[in-house]
Amino acid sequence: MISFSYLELLGLAAPEAIIVLAALAVLAVDLLVMREASLRDRFLVSGLFAGVGLAAATAWLLAVNVPPVGAHSASLSLPMLPGMYVDEPLGRLVKVAILILALGTILLSLAGEFTRHVGEYLALILLATVGMMLLVSARDILMIFLALELTSLCLYVLAAFNKRSPASAEAALKYFLFGGLAAACTLFGLSYIYGLTGATGLAEIAAKLAAPTPDPLLLAAVVLTLVGFGFKIAAAPFHLWAPDTYQGAPTPSAAFIASGSKVASFFVLAKLTSLGLAPAQGGASWGAYTPGWVPVLALLTVLSLVLGNLAAIAQTNVKRLLAYSAIAHAGYTLLGVLAGTPMGLTALVFYITTYGLTVLGAFGIVGLVEEATGDCRLVDFAGLGRREPALAFCMMIFLLSLAGIPPLAGFFGKFYLFAAVAAAAPNLGMLWLVVVAVAMSAVSLYYYLQVLKQIYVAPSPEAPASLRVPATTRVLLILIAAVVVLLGCAPNLLLGPLLAAQ
Amino acid sequence: MLAWTVYLSFLGLLAVLLVPAGNARAARGIALATALAGFFAALLGAFQFAPDKGVQTLVRIPWIPGLGIQCFLAADGISVTLVLLTGLAAVAGILFSWNIEHRAKEFFAFYLALIAGVYGVFLSFDLFQLFVFYELAIIPKYFLVAIWGSTNREYGAMKLALYSFIGSALVLIGLVAAYVASGMKTMDLLELAHYPFPAALQYWAFPVVFIGFAILAGLWPFHTWAPTGHVAAPTAASMLLAGVVMKLGAYGALRVAMTLFPVGLSVWRDAIGLLAVIGIVYGALVALVQQDFKFVIGYSSVSHMGFVLLGLLTLNTVGLSGAVLQMFSHGVIAGLLFGVVGRMVYDRTHTRDLVELEGWHLRRLLPFAAGTFVIAALASMGLPGFSGFAAEFQVLAGAWAAFPTYALLAGIGIVVGVAYTLRVLQKSFFGESEATAEAAHPLPPITLPERIGAGLLIGATLLIGLCPRLLLDLIGPSFQSSLFEQVVKGGKL
Repeated sequence: MISFSYLELLGLAAPEAIIVLAALAVLAVDLLVMREASLRDRFLVSGLFAGVGLAAATAWLLAVNVPPVGAHSASLSLPMLPGMYVDEPLGRLVKVAILILALGTILLSLAGEFTRHVGEYLALILLATVGMMLLVSARDILMIFLALELTSLCLYVLAAFNKRSPASAEAALKYFLFGGLAAACTLFGLSYIYGLTGATGLAEIAAKLAAPTPDPLLLAAVVLTLVGFGFKIAAAPFHLWAPDTYQGAPTPSAAFIASGSKVASFFVLAKLTSLGLAPAQGGASWGAYTPGWVPVLALLTVLSLVLGNLAAIAQTNVKRLLAYSAIAHAGYTLLGVLAGTPMGLTALVFYITTYGLTVLGAFGIVGLVEEATGDCRLVDFAGLGRREPALAFCMMIFLLSLAGIPPLAGFFGKFYLFAAVAAAAPNLGMLWLVVVAVAMSAVSLYYYLQVLKQIYVAPSPEAPASLRVPATTRVLLILIAAVVVLLGCAPNLLLGPLLAAQ
Repeated sequence: MLAWTVYLSFLGLLAVLLVPAGNARAARGIALATALAGFFAALLGAFQFAPDKGVQTLVRIPWIPGLGIQCFLAADGISVTLVLLTGLAAVAGILFSWNIEHRAKEFFAFYLALIAGVYGVFLSFDLFQLFVFYELAIIPKYFLVAIWGSTNREYGAMKLALYSFIGSALVLIGLVAAYVASGMKTMDLLELAHYPFPAALQYWAFPVVFIGFAILAGLWPFHTWAPTGHVAAPTAASMLLAGVVMKLGAYGALRVAMTLFPVGLSVWRDAIGLLAVIGIVYGALVALVQQDFKFVIGYSSVSHMGFVLLGLLTLNTVGLSGAVLQMFSHGVIAGLLFGVVGRMVYDRTHTRDLVELEGWHLRRLLPFAAGTFVIAALASMGLPGFSGFAAEFQVLAGAWAAFPTYALLAGIGIVVGVAYTLRVLQKSFFGESEATAEAAHPLPPITLPERIGAGLLIGATLLIGLCPRLLLDLIGPSFQSSLFEQVVKGGKL
């Protein structure tokens, strides 16, 4: 019988516990005390509680029991349950990024008018955050699946939160149906892996799988598992839910689905493949393919890059455009996963966190425009540069960072990813993936410029709807833009800690 | 001192951003002060520069230590020449856009951002940093053309931006490959230039990087952005596009592609040289039949930039120095031509159609513009006494030694060049046809800033034409440095 101290577990998972407590506190305050207050006050008070919880968890991650840097044994886990919950330096940084993205999402929703269920909304964001944090720490397929489901269930509901909008319901239903199917695939794949190895911990699985030739059943299991993850990260051809969900869901929910959830899923996908399935890696060097997860991911990468970028060109709705660009960005980020090296993981974390921030900012501005004009077609942005110069400038920074123009964070992220994937196979074997990615990023500049053209070049409409910009949102957006510029000009600010935590 | 050109441009950009939106005068004043300060910094730096010492470090600090990327500003004679050109073109461009009132603050902000990027490219010796500055220039170009441009501006701007970005995407592939193949330790150009990249890599990486850069230099058949972009752009932007941005491409091809991959260079030299020659002749022939005044100048730029690329590929010091001198010369002359067409003529007549202009009898209405254009045309045709002669003569001499056939064909290009220049000169200013109604009205007189700008550029082309040593003494020794050792060896002259 396994016996362990719950206190020890609580000490290890304190940040998650703090967030759960914050979620409960938010629910209690909103449902018990603030019932009669105005919507705005309820958002402010509950948001304050949520913010305090997030800040406390961040402080814990950065200050308490910091594992020693450098040594590989830096990761801590319960001796009885190895892999169930691992506390390691890099994971802590990723969790901090997730907490910051959650905080940003909450700040974006403070002025929201899409729901009256304030407590539930914020509590669900916090619970989804807990799921993401657990994902980052999970090194056990059972735990990975549970954390994945915790995150997904919260996000389904968050997508449906605008009860007055049929689009929101449709968005959530699509997300839910696709998600359910994908979860079934993942679970099926994981069950094969368990059947083959009799283990659930990633390290054990890798040890048991270390056979010279991969079993066909293992390959089937790998493919099934990756299908589920492909859905989670919105990689083509499992992306079909993304445009509708991004468009229909309340903007903060869509922002969180696009940012925080991506960060956690990509991180755990990289851990699952590089730790647990290392023996089934395979190769995707040009002309020398061997079966495994690398060629499967290479296929997903190419499809996502091509489909995401080409389909984005045809979009006239900016939210859908961002959705297709998100599919394309899933392709770029997958490069970091399929590199399968420590450098690839660092590049992936750098890229996905800066992407999360950027896309949060972009959604923030799109949400403001949508609120003012009722829609977010390209033409709704016409003349924004004259009416709201500061926000328009922020939008320019976000979009150009997504396009990968220096000196913004997105450029360095791309460069580092490309270098990592080119270095992953001997003799630049995977450079062909870089070629595809670079070619497609040239395509992407076109549609980002289409938005910027509306903002700066197109004349303002006759009677432009004026934007109602809450002070918190404005400060948040300018802050995010500043961080995107700063991380582009001085990538070492983030890269340094990431390399140190390796 | 040279590094200050970059800093000053960024400071000026910040200052312009702080100006209140409606205040065109302040924005213009700050922009001119910045450009002048940059020009003087460049002049001062050039005087202090000792050309015999090879590449001289200006600033060298670690930037991203984990990846071996540095902030590395340095200069040799080639950089100095092009920094001087940038300073000159920047000042002239602002003088020629003195009449911009529409969204002036944004105009000058984008203008200074472009200038800052260009200075940065010419002084960067870390490849990552060079690439950052190179791409920094793309977005300002787009907005300058899309917002303040004329004919078909949104199309021209998008084409320009996408061609530039595709070019830089090719460059990025080559740079990533070179970085990874050399062990991911450094992006220092001086170190990578001595790294023996495997021949198999060089065979494909050289054309990818060279053409990636050369797209911006108007290499045929990737030149099509140039005429449309130049025509769509506002005067100052066409002056910068033709004056310095096309040089970015040629500079990158020389500084990065040729030094990094000398083995690839020796293989691809003849093929790319042929493209350059086709560009010279094709650009000239197309210019001969244009009806739009600005298209003539646009295609002439393609033709003249062909000489730069041909000079680079001669691989002997005569041709290489000629190519760099031609970069300077064409920058000045094209700036002048676009200034006359865009600002002096089009802003006043609102037409660039040569058939219409024939009836305007502009030599009487705008005598100063006519005089300036005659001088610019003579310089463009390569008459002795102007910088174009010294430059193209050197290129041809170098090409004669390297590939005589190409030299002969390029000579044909010069003859056609004389033909289209005389044709456009005659039609635009010295029309013989019946005077049209518009010709009777007096046009607004040429303003003082235009006169100063024109004077500056004419002075520069004459000075270098009469005394090419001034620049050749800077440029020539650069090719003796170890950076170009492999390149010049390939030329065997």
